[in-house]
Amino acid sequence: MTQQEIYNILKEKFGDEIIEFSHELPSDPYIVANRSKIDEICLFLRDEENLNFDYLVILSGMDYIEKLGVVYHLYSIKHKHRLTIKVFLSKDDPHIPTVEKIWRSADWHEREAWDMYGIIFDGHHNLIRILCPYDWEGFPLRKDYKTPEEYHGIKVPY
Amino acid sequence: MGLLDRLDNPYNFGGIILGTLEDLLNWGRSKSDWYLHFGLACCAIEFMAANASHFDFMRFGTIPRASPRQADFMIVSGTVTLKMAERIVRLYEQMADPKYVLSMGSCANCGGPYWEHGYHVLKGVDRIIPVDVYIPGCPPRPEAFLEGMILLQSKINKQEIFKKRKRLEEEMKNMNQ
Amino acid sequence: MSERRKIEFDYSGVDTDRMRVNVGPQHPSTHGVLRLEVELEGEIVTEVVPHIGYLHRCFEKHAEAMTYPQVIPYIDRMDYISSMNNEWPYVIAIEEMCGIKVPEKVEYIRVICAELNRIANHQIAVATFGLDAGAFTPFLYLFRDREWILNLFERISGGRLLYNYFCVGGVRGDVYPTFKEDCLDIVRQVRATNKEIMDLLIYNHIFVERTANIGILPVDVAINYGCSGPVLRGSGFPYDLRRSEPYSIYDRFDFDVQVGKGEVGTVGDCWDRNIVRMREMEESCKIIEQAVAQMPDTGDVFEAIPKKIRVPKGEIYRAAENPKGELGFYIVSDGGQKPFRVRPRATSFINLSVLPEISKGYMLADLILILGSIDIVLGEVDR
Repeated sequence: MTQQEIYNILKEKFGDEIIEFSHELPSDPYIVANRSKIDEICLFLRDEENLNFDYLVILSGMDYIEKLGVVYHLYSIKHKHRLTIKVFLSKDDPHIPTVEKIWRSADWHEREAWDMYGIIFDGHHNLIRILCPYDWEGFPLRKDYKTPEEYHGIKVPY
Repeated sequence: MGLLDRLDNPYNFGGIILGTLEDLLNWGRSKSDWYLHFGLACCAIEFMAANASHFDFMRFGTIPRASPRQADFMIVSGTVTLKMAERIVRLYEQMADPKYVLSMGSCANCGGPYWEHGYHVLKGVDRIIPVDVYIPGCPPRPEAFLEGMILLQSKINKQEIFKKRKRLEEEMKNMNQ
Repeated sequence: MSERRKIEFDYSGVDTDRMRVNVGPQHPSTHGVLRLEVELEGEIVTEVVPHIGYLHRCFEKHAEAMTYPQVIPYIDRMDYISSMNNEWPYVIAIEEMCGIKVPEKVEYIRVICAELNRIANHQIAVATFGLDAGAFTPFLYLFRDREWILNLFERISGGRLLYNYFCVGGVRGDVYPTFKEDCLDIVRQVRATNKEIMDLLIYNHIFVERTANIGILPVDVAINYGCSGPVLRGSGFPYDLRRSEPYSIYDRFDFDVQVGKGEVGTVGDCWDRNIVRMREMEESCKIIEQAVAQMPDTGDVFEAIPKKIRVPKGEIYRAAENPKGELGFYIVSDGGQKPFRVRPRATSFINLSVLPEISKGYMLADLILILGSIDIVLGEVDR
């Protein structure tokens, strides 16, 4: 199934929650969705018979300078089709529903997105830092991040 | 170098070795070093290669120890991150004196390729513990690593044991006065 | 062959406390700097909490600060055991964005290098898995063979471990005249040693007893956790990107996708994940033989390398079959010299997340084996 067809199905089912479909070469096509019902959209994508996206390839946090984002790359092992969903979040209110109950692999990915970008996944059972130390301050992969001068008395810059 | 060379010396009538006790102790220490292997990153794989059949690291008389309390020297092979730094200090402090540190690879020496933007990388393990031998390379070849080991052995061979204690005692005395 | 199940003891009448034990981050069997917080009841593992990030080297931050070719050395250092394979998806993604067609000879060189590196990776995986189970000799045998492969890589790229060999549009250097013969020599050597390893380690009764029926990973759990590579294939699911979505020239080669069949235990146990790696080495040998036979002798490998890489605005996700599983790169470009974002789909990171699920109810010594059978590289887990 092409991404255009998947987009039509989603648009029919969820209406305004699905915002746009972009397919400009040489980019991969992607769907932009609203954040409020992303968990329902994902559950639908996984359980619908002819979509069957049972494999979350990767979940990435993004920093688009003026806003944040979450990108879901999905794959269906049965039907061998791929789908990319993008969700934009404002920097003041980076909340998004979790999808860890739909794909268990999202657990660590979401923790990483929180660690690196400060995106808060509502409903996640254990949203703590994963790569940085637990007492780290700031979100390193944000574009405006400044390397700290000191950590526990150790000088950090070269 | 060492005691064995003197065996070849004809003036010592073969089999008789003249030397100081310090020489003997250093010879023993340098030829049976037990190491705490601190495998961190890519360098650890080269270290494994150095340990395996082609390079045979154990011919130096070294034996890997998993516990710092039984180790003579520590091999820090790879990138040290800030999260790891405190553990390294702790393990170093658990080692019994005299202890040595071999810093393997650019990352452990100075941060390596991560020196500029590595917000979470310690720029050189010598910021937290004293280092005896630096081995450059990213990663160092096993040959380079073996040379580092030879350097460490020659350092141990030249170390003073008794004089040092005397000197330190005098220094302490001076400090107290 | 063996009939070992999860061990259940009757604890009634015995006062037992659960104990939390730290394994790592400095531990010889954690394959790097992984820290496992293990809750034990006696010797039985009741809970495992992995703590990672002890090797977090800020790859994604570096990628944003470097130009496109400068990112490649950092990719090498992610999964440092299989650097050639790592570079490939990144290079494919950028070539696709820029519309570069790679010369025929380069494709063959890449396939041969990637498959040789796959063999080297699996040799380390099997060797260290043997070490975890207490077998030291296979380690020496396999590292002896790996040295042959590294020597070949050193001749073509200059590096023993981290190659920086693939570049956008080609490879960094042409192969030397006797390259093909050397590849076939290695294949012969690998086959001979693998035959030995099969007797020495894989079908060794002690090894089978230790690894069969341990750490069983059902297929649906594996897919839900996003596992790939030998971990997923060990559970009996033939998912291999080289076959399901052939990239480069993999559609020209004849090879089998090896899956675990539960020959000595249950499908998806540690032994199955390990045997998949052993058999994949043989498949790689087959691919190398075919590639060497088909590879053109002449051709300019530098022909398609662009002088300046201008990646158009856009984003792309491309993946390739790493020895550890599906390694992909999600690259976002804003049209400039530097990538806006490079997000790796780190295979080991995802494969490791299944560990707490499959290690409950086994002994602490088995936990080490289960971890070894997943074959993680901490450089990729923490990036």
